[in-house]
Amino acid sequence: MENTVLTVEGFSACFGDQKILHNVDLTVQKNVVAALMGPSGCGKTTLIRCINRMHELIPGASVSGKMSLLNEDIYAMQPIILRRKVGMVFQKPNPFPTMSIYENVVAGYKLNGIKMPKSEMDGIVEQSLRKAALWNEVKDTLHRKGTFLSGGQQQRLCIARALAMNPEIILFDEPTSALDPKSTAQIEELFVELKKSVTMLLVTHNIGQAARVSDFTAFIYLGKLIEFGPTEKMFTVPKDKLTEEYLTGKFG
Amino acid sequence: MVNNIKARLVRDVFFKSAICLFAFISLLPLFLILYYITKNGIAVINWDFLTSLPRPIGETGGGVFNAIVGTLILIVLSSVLSIPCGIAAGIYLAENKTGRLSNSIRLSVIVLQGTPSIVIGIIAYLWIVGPLKSFSALSGGIALAIMMLPVIVKTTEETLKLVPYHLKEASLALGVPYYRTLLKVVLPSGMSGILTGILLSVARITGETAPLLFTAFGNQFMNINIFKPIDSLPYRIFYYAMSPYPEWHSFAWGASFVLVVLTLSLNLIARGISAKWKIQF
Repeated sequence: MENTVLTVEGFSACFGDQKILHNVDLTVQKNVVAALMGPSGCGKTTLIRCINRMHELIPGASVSGKMSLLNEDIYAMQPIILRRKVGMVFQKPNPFPTMSIYENVVAGYKLNGIKMPKSEMDGIVEQSLRKAALWNEVKDTLHRKGTFLSGGQQQRLCIARALAMNPEIILFDEPTSALDPKSTAQIEELFVELKKSVTMLLVTHNIGQAARVSDFTAFIYLGKLIEFGPTEKMFTVPKDKLTEEYLTGKFG
Repeated sequence: MVNNIKARLVRDVFFKSAICLFAFISLLPLFLILYYITKNGIAVINWDFLTSLPRPIGETGGGVFNAIVGTLILIVLSSVLSIPCGIAAGIYLAENKTGRLSNSIRLSVIVLQGTPSIVIGIIAYLWIVGPLKSFSALSGGIALAIMMLPVIVKTTEETLKLVPYHLKEASLALGVPYYRTLLKVVLPSGMSGILTGILLSVARITGETAPLLFTAFGNQFMNINIFKPIDSLPYRIFYYAMSPYPEWHSFAWGASFVLVVLTLSLNLIARGISAKWKIQF
């Protein structure tokens, strides 16, 4: 399909002998927010960490099956090239403490040694911070350390850092679980804005968040993809009994 | 019950005063040392003492200029040799927490730290002085570098272990290669700790005498050739203090004062760096 950004086919992942993901199939279209929900330890974080190949950094980790980004086999690409096309925002805000806000936004270029004229860099910084809805709050303090910001601002800074690289897809690993309700709401609003320009995959254990922001939802349980479909449909008429029980709070 | 509480309060007071007393006792030697060195040393400190060379027996005057220069040369030599190795080994240990090589490096570092300095001096004598057939600043620098190494390795490892893993992840997830992540994210985040470790290890070797006796040897003339014997402050103190002349004894105090001021300021700078450059994660 033209619009497919990410396809996952028969994908399994292991830590040593322990199988975390069983035979997952998933297709994500362009410019949508797809949520991965499920109880803790069900493998949803492992799944997105396989997409940017961070999973394999852990000793003993292994994978099988196929994954492709824009019809290019992810496991045949160089990880460092792949990770420039796949942004990631982590659970805990993690701006670089040695860098200013400005440097944090363009960290992907600076750390990779990519040189560009200052005016172009200024443009990227402003554009990324505007997209992350942080520009108005930090435009006068761009050269202060990023760690002086509040938790929610730090997380939006991390989103700006991911956006600056112009990725095909951004992976969010429970991006609001360390934040207060107000910052959470700001970031949820951001998703709606951002999907105009980028595809997003959001891991969350907050059912409400999945319902609020996502277009498609995948329900993962014990390493298996139980159901995947349009969010509205899944939340109103779930196909699988497990999904229904999870959504109605019977477990998880 | 009331009696019981009174007894507890008394024990409380007793315990508190005991702690204060022992803390005071442990500080006492330091202050006495500083007091004596300052009292006896400050009298001979003047421009002439700092800038002239030792004179032959029978002549009055003389100073420690060559010893100061020698000590600085030895510090530079040993730092150049030990800092790259020490930091690299520290990075390796922080990155590879388990494994046979890591464990053996860790064990060697502990053993090296416990090796008496005179033994390191003799080893440097056998390895360097013997084959080169001459006492030299180089051999002294190598002996001191071996003494600095464990401190640098340990502090680098400990500081880098404190750098949170999620910073490394953030960098790797941006497509930054592993080596650049280490050099540009992990190392800068731990810089203050590493610098502190380096300065403390320099402060430690500045006062070492034993490893220099067999290596740098001492030299009453000015020398900046690293293949020739070189003077150093600790050696000069030893030499002046062993002599039978009262004037030279006071020179020994003066040289001690210079040495103490040098190590003390290194320690203070190290404290300043670790306080000021400390990065909040």
